[in-house]
Amino acid sequence: MTQAQLQEDANLLASDSEHHKPNWREYFGFSTDHKVIGIQYLVTTFLFYLVGGALAAAVRTELATPEVDFVSRELYNSLFTVHATVMIFLWIVPATTGGFGNFLVPLMIGARDMAFPRLNAIAFWLIPPGGLLLLSSFLVGAPASGWTSYPPLSLVSGKPGEFIWILSVLLLGTSSILAAVNFLVTIVKMRVAGMGFNDMPLFCWAMMATSALALIATPVLAGALILLSFDLIAGTAFFNPTGGGDPIVYQHLFWFYSHPAVYIMILPVFGMISEILPVHARKPIFGYKAIAYSSLAISFLGLIVWAHHMFTSGTPPWLRMFFMFTTMVIAVPTGIKVFSWLATLWGGKLNLNSALLFAMGFVSMFVVGGISGVMVAAVPFDIHVHDTYFVVAHLHYVLFGGSVFGIYAGFYHWFPKMTGRMMNETLGKIHFALTFIGFNLAFMPMHKLGLEGMNRRVAEYDPKFATLNLICTIGTYILAVSTFPFIYNAISSWLSGPKAGNNPWRALTLEWMTTSPPPVENFDQDPILVVGPYDYGMGDRATNVDVPFSDPREPVLAAGPNSALRADPDPSVAAHPDDR
Amino acid sequence: MLIGIVLTLVSIWYGQNHGLMPVAASKEAPLVDGLFNTMMTISTGLFILVQGVLIISAIKFRRRRGDEADAEPVHGNIPLEILWTAIPAILVLGISIYSFDVYNEMGGIDPMNHSMAHGKSEKSVAHMPGAAIAATLPAASEPLSTGMTASASDPSASSQPIASSNIGIGSTPEQQNSPTELTVNVAGLQYAWIFTYPDTGVVSGELHVPLGREVLLNITANDVLHAFWVPEFRLKQDAIPGRQSELSFTPSKEGEYPVICAELCGAYHGAMRTKVVVHSASDYDAWITSQQVASAEGLQQAIATSAVDQSVDQFLSPFVQSIGVQPDQLTQLHPAAGHYHPAS
Repeated sequence: MTQAQLQEDANLLASDSEHHKPNWREYFGFSTDHKVIGIQYLVTTFLFYLVGGALAAAVRTELATPEVDFVSRELYNSLFTVHATVMIFLWIVPATTGGFGNFLVPLMIGARDMAFPRLNAIAFWLIPPGGLLLLSSFLVGAPASGWTSYPPLSLVSGKPGEFIWILSVLLLGTSSILAAVNFLVTIVKMRVAGMGFNDMPLFCWAMMATSALALIATPVLAGALILLSFDLIAGTAFFNPTGGGDPIVYQHLFWFYSHPAVYIMILPVFGMISEILPVHARKPIFGYKAIAYSSLAISFLGLIVWAHHMFTSGTPPWLRMFFMFTTMVIAVPTGIKVFSWLATLWGGKLNLNSALLFAMGFVSMFVVGGISGVMVAAVPFDIHVHDTYFVVAHLHYVLFGGSVFGIYAGFYHWFPKMTGRMMNETLGKIHFALTFIGFNLAFMPMHKLGLEGMNRRVAEYDPKFATLNLICTIGTYILAVSTFPFIYNAISSWLSGPKAGNNPWRALTLEWMTTSPPPVENFDQDPILVVGPYDYGMGDRATNVDVPFSDPREPVLAAGPNSALRADPDPSVAAHPDDR
Repeated sequence: MLIGIVLTLVSIWYGQNHGLMPVAASKEAPLVDGLFNTMMTISTGLFILVQGVLIISAIKFRRRRGDEADAEPVHGNIPLEILWTAIPAILVLGISIYSFDVYNEMGGIDPMNHSMAHGKSEKSVAHMPGAAIAATLPAASEPLSTGMTASASDPSASSQPIASSNIGIGSTPEQQNSPTELTVNVAGLQYAWIFTYPDTGVVSGELHVPLGREVLLNITANDVLHAFWVPEFRLKQDAIPGRQSELSFTPSKEGEYPVICAELCGAYHGAMRTKVVVHSASDYDAWITSQQVASAEGLQQAIATSAVDQSVDQFLSPFVQSIGVQPDQLTQLHPAAGHYHPAS
């Protein structure tokens, strides 16, 4: 009997009866069901992703040639400003935390819903107005001072658009804060009996770290934006140098949120990858506790690195050195995760389906972004490449190669649970191939462009950069095309894909121990963990595995089930005698 | 073992031969390039390692058809975790120390520690009181822009406090207290750079510097944020309105290099570029002389068009001949001088 069968049999009562299918109307109303809200988040944010992608395509079309020939310079600045704002605040943050977080966290910890269902719904319903408000700014002159909105430029370039931008980001930030409170309370208070912190799925650890960051950092952004709006409409001079204000203070406040925001966008994806890899590699996650605690370490360190965005700005030297060091240190917990993922794959039995391909693509591409991240942390090098295409390449390797690849992996992995239907594998693989090729064509050449001297946020550039820019633009078009197989696949599979059953991947975490899609309130009876969340191929405590320097008898040295790093099942109900 | 050696060799080779950087034209640039090459070596090794593991896994550890069993239950191993915690920690510590050293060599640790820096802002662009720069600013009703116009002409005389904080890259340690450095005041504005040479009174839209002599730039901005960047010097510093930052470098290769604005400053940000010309010492002197002649002429014209501290009569008097209006007619038209508007 495999581990998955053990877990499923123990939870037969939890997924006892047949349930009514959710009514499609629920998805358009004020539902308090976390699964409906999760899917509302995912669909809404994916639509905004398409809008952001269209803006990116317009930006790259302008950059296909060195001259300004596609849009005006003013409109160009609005395009990349809104592109970045949409992608960050309306796609990656709400899709990872709001979308996957909402759908998965209660299921994974065996809860019936989130701690505050109405608050949850309110947090979601702030997103569509915030997004539409932002897009409506194109009617009055969209914001054009970059998503960073640095004063004094943001104070002099189109007040209505800038004000709309501030209002919109405030709304979206409020939504993020509300969701963060909800996740923290849910994870701390609502785990099913017998699930300790060290038995939680890693996605829940990641969501805990993310929510803590969002809760600490987002209010600072709100404060900065409110002061900025006073400068903008009331003529105060918090950041306006003409009145004695200091534009550098804004940069500090802005990045105090916006650097942690990077971790808000990547930590949940780390968590998703930690779920997806073991399932499809049929192997326990390597170093459960190391991955779990490194999320917390990243979360803490993420709060004290913000000024690395300001190395060429008004930052005193000692501050530059301090932030250089803290930034570099983040590479250590991140490295622990990457190496643990590689060790999880190594020696597995990889089922190379779309979910695993995207997850491996994530590791592969994120590492590039991580490496260039350590490079730009080095102050002397950053002084050269700051505000160049090198940074553009770096951030897209982290946010697209990282977060978006991870989100796609999540879509393919959890789609059967969300809809009860399987996705088409052939289309999924085409989607992966196009995305991978398009992405690398679009962003790899940007490293060289930046090093050679192409600054970012420009509509026109030196003709010597024309060839590489054309390659980037072609890559972007491939990337745009790559979404069509996915959209078709998602819609057609949802309507008429093959039935998935409760646990198509033979996974062990609790979301697979109920029907697909799960009923309202998730479980008919509290689920139980008779095996740990990652106990694939479980043997007994003395199982000797093929790992250097390991000794199965010593928990500290063991690599098999006796390892001190393993996540344990509930000792009172564990199937394996060693775990009781 | 063999793979390890090959990996190391490939990394070292690529780290030295990536060909990604432009020409190095300042004494600071090779320092930055050395750091970059080192990081590139480590990165190449890490990149190949990770991608290699992924590709090997995808081929070697693929699930065989019909094999439904789970793989070996490897849950983790503390010695391995320590290994891959310690190695990156040592690497980033090494890179940090190396970066610190390079930064110190470049003079970043103590930017204000050089012989002539203090009180620099007093001397700055004041050689051209109320210069024509003011006219290039876009006239706008924003209170901000009005204030900026004042500061555009003369930062030291404006109401805006110029904070002389120690921001930027200063002299390299061995060059401190050498009196030979050339000071240039740099002002960024939408969408141009103004370079003022306080020692000679030259004002230029291009930066000209002599080869091998240390140059100190005092950088500020008149309207919004800008950033002074010369890729070939590997140096960049934001120009911040209301603050003064500085950048110090020694050009090491004659030629013309682009000066690029690297901080978004408005619609024409991409067009805000000029050039820095590195001359031999004699060519540089010749350039200064030619500029002094030109600016001596230009300065008189500039004063004539400046309305600062002049009454309407004084301001218009040079033009009465050409427009055919007698000075007394002016006073008849507008007894309350000062409300006169030439356009009405």
